[in-house]
This record gives sequence, structure tokens and C-alpha cells, in this order.
Amino acid sequence: MIEAALTFAFGCYGLGLLFNLWRITRGPDVADRILALDTMVINVIALLILYGIWHGTAVYYEASMLVAMVGFVSTVAYCRFVLRGDIIE
Amino acid sequence: MDFLAELVIAFFLVVSGVFGFVGSFGLIKLRETMQRLHAPTKATTLGVGGVLIASMLYFLLIEGSLSFHELLITLFLFLTAPIVAHFIAKTFIQANIRPSDVPPTGGEHGWSMYNDPPSDRREE
Repeated sequence: MIEAALTFAFGCYGLGLLFNLWRITRGPDVADRILALDTMVINVIALLILYGIWHGTAVYYEASMLVAMVGFVSTVAYCRFVLRGDIIE
Repeated sequence: MDFLAELVIAFFLVVSGVFGFVGSFGLIKLRETMQRLHAPTKATTLGVGGVLIASMLYFLLIEGSLSFHELLITLFLFLTAPIVAHFIAKTFIQANIRPSDVPPTGGEHGWSMYNDPPSDRREE
């Protein structure tokens, strides 16, 4: 039963990543693209943890924690660059 | 007991998958940028929360080891989601909304997007 639920969740997040890619290519505004990139990061965190459950190892928490931190910093850096033309003033 | 544990874990996995799907689907379904800001920052964070609860339960009930790493990731995501949403909203406002479009603030200071920050009192 857990395998079926895991497959369902994998499919959901994979489809979500495709939707985010569509929004990145089509997004009329810069804010749309940054938002889609941030959503991609969150979907990838969920996929990493699902992969950890699938293999029954606890190795992937550190990886997902790192992805979460780098994703937050990169989103803020994108927004700062668009807002002020510079990341660290 | 084993069946019950599997049932609860599968429930959390399905719920989180649905929430993650809805969050990404709202990103392409909603029309305006400010509406699109609503879908991912709420629903996807709930989806990741569901995955993390399922992971904690799986390693506690099936593998028999208690771990709190997931709570750290949940806490970090819940702390950073509003900051990210605020930054993206500021980016949108800066590019698309002119100072004549916004109402007066009603205070002695203007909008932070268009006016300089108030100077420090100690300099006066």
C-alpha cells in the first residue's frame, strides 16, 4: 500500500514540475518566473524526501535541507537583483 | 497494527501529493500574477509538510528509528515561505504598479516601494 501511495505522490509532484516549467517558459512577468522557480525548489524537496522513503534510507534529509536553504537564498537573490539591480549593497 | 501504520502513512502521502499537485496546478490555472502568488506558497508548503509527516511516521513505525530532521526542514520552510512571498510581491509591484495607482498611506511616511526610508532619529 505504501508503494502505491508513493507512486501516486511521485506522479503528482512530477506533473507539478512540468506545470512549473510551463509557467517559467510562458510567464508574462519576471515575478511569475521567480515564483515558478521557487515552487520547483519546493517540489524537488518533496521528491527527495519521497525518494528517501522509497529506499528506506535517512541520507536524503541533509540533501533536502541543503536544497531548501539554497532555494531560499537564490529566490531572495533573484528578487533583490530585479528590485535593486544589485544583490548585496 | 502494521496495517494501521501503513494506512496512516499512505494517507499522508496521498494528501501531500494532492496538495502539491493543486499548488502547481494553481500556478498555471489562475489568471493574474497576484492570484498565482496564492497557490504555490500555501498549498505546496502543506504538501511538503504532509511528505515530512509521512517520512517521520515511516521511520518511526516501520524502521523503528525516531528522527527529528524532518521537523527542521518543516520549520525552515514555514519560516521562509512568507518572506519569499513578500519579496515576489514587491518585485511584481515594482515592475507593474505606479505610485499614482496606490492609495495614500495615511501616515507621515510614504510607501516603502517608492519613497526613501525615514531617517534615523538619532541623527537629528
